[in-house]
Amino acid sequence: MKQTSHQFNENVARALAEPTLKVALDRTTTLLRTRRAKVIDAFPQYAKARETAQKIKDHTLDHLGHYLRQFEENAKANGAQVHWAATPEDARQIVSDICRAQNAKTATRVKSMLGEEIGIAQALSDAGVERVETDLAEHIIQLADDPPSHIVMPAMHKTHEQVAELFAQKHKDPGDQQDIPSLVESARRELRPKFMNADISISGANFLIADTGSFVTITNEGNAELTTTPPKTHIVTVGIEKMVPSLKHAAVFIRLLSRAAIGTEITQYTTFYNGPKRDGDRDGPENLHIVLVDNHRSDMLSDFLRPMLRCIRCGACMNHCPVYAAVGGHAYGAVYPGPMGSVLTPAMTGLKGSKDLPNACTLNGRCKEVCPVNIPLPDMLRSLRARQFESGMVTPKARWSLKLWAMLATRPALYHFGTSVANMMLRVLARGRGKISAVPLAGGWTRTRDLPQPEAGTFMQQYRKQKR
Amino acid sequence: MTNNDGPHVGFFVTCIVDSMRPNIGFASLKLLEDAGCTVEVPTAQTCCGQPAFNSGDDATTKAIAKQVIEAFEPFGYVVVPSGSCASMIRSHYGELFADDPAWQSRQKALSAKTWEVLSFLTDVMKYTPSATYQGTATYHDSCSGLRDLGVHDQPRALLAHVQGLSVVPLEGNNECCGFGGTFCVKYPELSTAVVTDKTTKIKATQADTLLGGDMGCLMNMAGKLSREGREMRVFHTIEVLADMADGPGICAPRLK
Repeated sequence: MKQTSHQFNENVARALAEPTLKVALDRTTTLLRTRRAKVIDAFPQYAKARETAQKIKDHTLDHLGHYLRQFEENAKANGAQVHWAATPEDARQIVSDICRAQNAKTATRVKSMLGEEIGIAQALSDAGVERVETDLAEHIIQLADDPPSHIVMPAMHKTHEQVAELFAQKHKDPGDQQDIPSLVESARRELRPKFMNADISISGANFLIADTGSFVTITNEGNAELTTTPPKTHIVTVGIEKMVPSLKHAAVFIRLLSRAAIGTEITQYTTFYNGPKRDGDRDGPENLHIVLVDNHRSDMLSDFLRPMLRCIRCGACMNHCPVYAAVGGHAYGAVYPGPMGSVLTPAMTGLKGSKDLPNACTLNGRCKEVCPVNIPLPDMLRSLRARQFESGMVTPKARWSLKLWAMLATRPALYHFGTSVANMMLRVLARGRGKISAVPLAGGWTRTRDLPQPEAGTFMQQYRKQKR
Repeated sequence: MTNNDGPHVGFFVTCIVDSMRPNIGFASLKLLEDAGCTVEVPTAQTCCGQPAFNSGDDATTKAIAKQVIEAFEPFGYVVVPSGSCASMIRSHYGELFADDPAWQSRQKALSAKTWEVLSFLTDVMKYTPSATYQGTATYHDSCSGLRDLGVHDQPRALLAHVQGLSVVPLEGNNECCGFGGTFCVKYPELSTAVVTDKTTKIKATQADTLLGGDMGCLMNMAGKLSREGREMRVFHTIEVLADMADGPGICAPRLK
């Protein structure tokens, strides 16, 4: 997708002017928040599991080189081919080379954020391959020619009414417009024939398992299994941080992932892949290619952003973010939206083109609270602000207001004189009505909110008077 | 009411309380003294440094933090009528002095003795208030107090002692109101969208009073409710507990 994070404010304005978007976001975030809370309450080992998960990830990241080598060795022993991609361009090249070598015409694809990150659609079109999205939500946004707006629910920005309308236009047999199960059936009828005839299947992986060389997909729709089984070639593109040492360790994350993501104890399908089809197997791909992608992850390893590599892509942070709930994922203008995206986007594509993202956050801390691997998202967003400040990326107006304020705040006597003058001026503006509806230089506030009339005299003035 | 054997408390008034609503400061002094503390307000204080900290200006924040450390060194406790400013001192000052051993021990001593006022009254002083307030209130948990300092049960326990007051639950009581310090200035439209969600939920409670523990958030919610034409009494919890909520609420018309 085309990154538009540099136009964050325009994106926000567009999102706020779209009433249906708010309806869609409210419906889903409310549902997800309620369900998550319920299922976490019913999981007495949650705190312990979260702590264990954090420790496993931190350990794996401390020894990532070791586990990656171990994974490669074991995956090869299982019969897979392992590729390394330092950049999204490298990853696209590897994928399109494989498609060309197979003379592929069609590819079925299981949604994965890493696929979005490296631009998998571009890689396939470069190789002349027709792409068929098999995840229901991805199918919807492919039909609508939209980018995903959420990492778990890519079509979260659409109401089912809008989906019904879209299917009515694009499906031969669109189903009953009023009935969600019937819409799902319609998508199923549309997609089923395509599964069997694809030349290539493309998926991501939720976890890589070092000591077995296997990888895991976790879905609710079963589309991963249907996608990856019939075609001759299966390509997996995955970020290097998805590594865990062993199956036992993967189990800890599997218990956390769907609870945090959609508020269920487990998803419908959890599949462990252990290499291509073997002699005697009835089905499965003949060729299995695993593309391990870096894309700035090794830079993050040696940075204050390192804890971000613990992320298991559950989306809980965005489901609980007040800013995300107001504008949705497209406003962030990047592959990864919400709080985790506001950390990842600057890390992967640079702070310059995404300078609003770390700032457009109230630092309320709810994202950190609900994160199943305890990523200190607000702290990292603030550190990114400090990095911006140090590198002079702050507007002159903001810099000078801060300087002026700092000059006063470090001189108490002058500061108290200044606040008593401001207190008096605000009372003049309020004219005794208790509230102020317009304040020079504070238009952003008073356009939609009143400002209270201050009491007569600052606390310090009144306190001094009492003491005398 | 001063008891000389009680804790020696330095009161950190906060910049917003100082300039906008001194009543919160005086209500705090009244209750702290009633609870048996000796309270002083050092005049060398201005702000905790949060605006600079959240803007990424760590050098300025550090200069202000040193000023706060020096001003409050003589006291046994530092008490703050805001979860956000208390958390700034308690939970975030440490980040500033991580590489500065000369100041680090002084900073640690300050952070360790700094308390948000409602939790100080409850957890340290085991204080029971006696106040009267006629009304039905709903309570908003401000984010820093709730998540950094664990202020949740304390205000509810204190309010349970207020004669005539009933407290009704607020849906999304732990969701941000969209104030966020400089956030509301830098992203006013986003902030408005977030506070609109909040006022919708506040109005749905049918309560006549909104209470909270942070003047920043209260100012945001009261300002939006007032613009929406909703006549609602908005007070800092400490004003009600100190029996000093008889005047106009935040953003309410003045009587005189």
